[in-house]
Amino acid sequence: MKLSIASGKGGTGKTLVATSLAASLHSQRGRGITIADCDVEEPNAYLFFPDRTLLEEESCQVVVPVVDEEKCTHCGKCSKVCNYHALAVLPQTVLIFPQLCHGCGACSIVCPEKAISESSRSIGEIFHARSEGMDIVWAKLALGEARTTPLIKAVKDRAQSDTVIVDCPPGTSCSLVESVRGSDFCLLVTEPTPFGLYDLDIALRVLDKMGIPQAVLVNKSGVGDRKLYQYLMERKIPLLMEIPLDRRIAEIYSRGEIFVLQMPEWKERFVELAKRIEEMIS
Amino acid sequence: MKQVAIVSGKGGTGKTSIIASLAALAQGKAVFADCDVDAPDLHLLLQPKILERREFYGIKRAFIDEEKCIQCGICQDACRFDAIRDFQVETSLCEGCGVCHLVCPEGAVEMRDVQAGEAYISQTRFGPMVHAELYPGEEASGMLVAMVREMARDLAAEKKLNLILIDASPGIGCPVIASLTGVDLALVVAEPTVTGEHDLLRLLDVAGHFGIRTTVCINKYDLNIKAAEQIEELCRSRGVEIIGRLPYHTSVIDAMVRAQTVVEIGGPVAEAIEEMWKDLEGYI
Repeated sequence: MKLSIASGKGGTGKTLVATSLAASLHSQRGRGITIADCDVEEPNAYLFFPDRTLLEEESCQVVVPVVDEEKCTHCGKCSKVCNYHALAVLPQTVLIFPQLCHGCGACSIVCPEKAISESSRSIGEIFHARSEGMDIVWAKLALGEARTTPLIKAVKDRAQSDTVIVDCPPGTSCSLVESVRGSDFCLLVTEPTPFGLYDLDIALRVLDKMGIPQAVLVNKSGVGDRKLYQYLMERKIPLLMEIPLDRRIAEIYSRGEIFVLQMPEWKERFVELAKRIEEMIS
Repeated sequence: MKQVAIVSGKGGTGKTSIIASLAALAQGKAVFADCDVDAPDLHLLLQPKILERREFYGIKRAFIDEEKCIQCGICQDACRFDAIRDFQVETSLCEGCGVCHLVCPEGAVEMRDVQAGEAYISQTRFGPMVHAELYPGEEASGMLVAMVREMARDLAAEKKLNLILIDASPGIGCPVIASLTGVDLALVVAEPTVTGEHDLLRLLDVAGHFGIRTTVCINKYDLNIKAAEQIEELCRSRGVEIIGRLPYHTSVIDAMVRAQTVVEIGGPVAEAIEEMWKDLEGYI
């Protein structure tokens, strides 16, 4: 099962849920669980496993064009064809802006002088660690880099086990789409506030477009208002769990610890949650 | 004209609630720009009246004319994004590069502009606002952020206002970079948690990478005082000033539910934001 944990709004508790679910399932099954942290801008899940052993670290390479200045006639065709403005042709030279390049290869296709070849560069690091038999895969986007999707793909490629729990980035744009692509199910974590509801609605529309089955987990329940619950009822979206706003949970989380390990009654609830999701998938 | 961006790295630290209060305090003196275009929430507090709408076209997308297509498969082989399968374009994978259009021997691939969102010029009870909506799952959020910022600059010039307050999205990637470039000050909202500290550091590094002046506000300060002090120490060692310390208080969510700003309903968070605003005015 590949299960993604997403939200739309940031800070609703995606990582709290992903790490709690993984830890609960791992203590029940003992093997076959991987957390794939696809928030490559601000990866956090690994912080909750301080005893992890790093198995592998690898850089994520993307393609960039290299111009052979001896062959280049500065005709400007490469710059014209590039939809990302990653090349600028000046009378004497060609400037390349690697951060803007998507590595599509259009420039080398159109170059009449065959002056453009391809090289690679790193946009971040991918990490694979193990903590008491559970696998954790995450990536760190290099500072100043804009494109996240190649790193997200790399994290998903590495996460191979029976159960993969994907911790998604906030937002509802291409990073979310890439993170949830290939998931069997998406659990959306939200909070019963106007912000939580508004962003949940956008995230649900992304999932509908992609045809991914979904359910909701309400975190910090007890705050805010009832509008979220009305919305879920009207849309017939299953509400699978509520985690109350509890200062104890917030404090445990703030120390970088997994609350279900200190409040074991919750461990069973998370195991039950996974079971219900598995039933909904099949 | 000064531009201040409210950023965070980690999501849910309180950027939008804080900027809405700053907007209330800056009443009549600033333009507000919501640059969190794929999960915009500032409008929920500022309740803008939309005066003007503009279409946003992001990247072009490929479309294959089935009548012209001879199913040679050249485009499928050339596409680096695996966006063409069975001679059809999977739009959500298409990055709009146009390689398929270039290599098609039959001229069967057309690159079309696709509307990917909308941007708005609005009026709020505190002053003019520019905001936007990226359609669900679309790409090019950075381009829409750039559009919002340009509209905000034009609007500020037109209204003769010399401050733009920018609400950014969480993270450190494309939309955040687009929100940060060229600002005069980045106000980073941090929270005293292990993850909050980690994300703050990454964001300070990015701001440093672009040479942007930064100051930090620690929200929910008393959630974990030890962690908050650690963040203060960390900022001190980097020469970054702490501009605000806001307590953890229910008034923030109460205000949200009432579609108001924290300073309008009062309380300890409101007082701390008012203090912070005085310092911020000094900065600006």
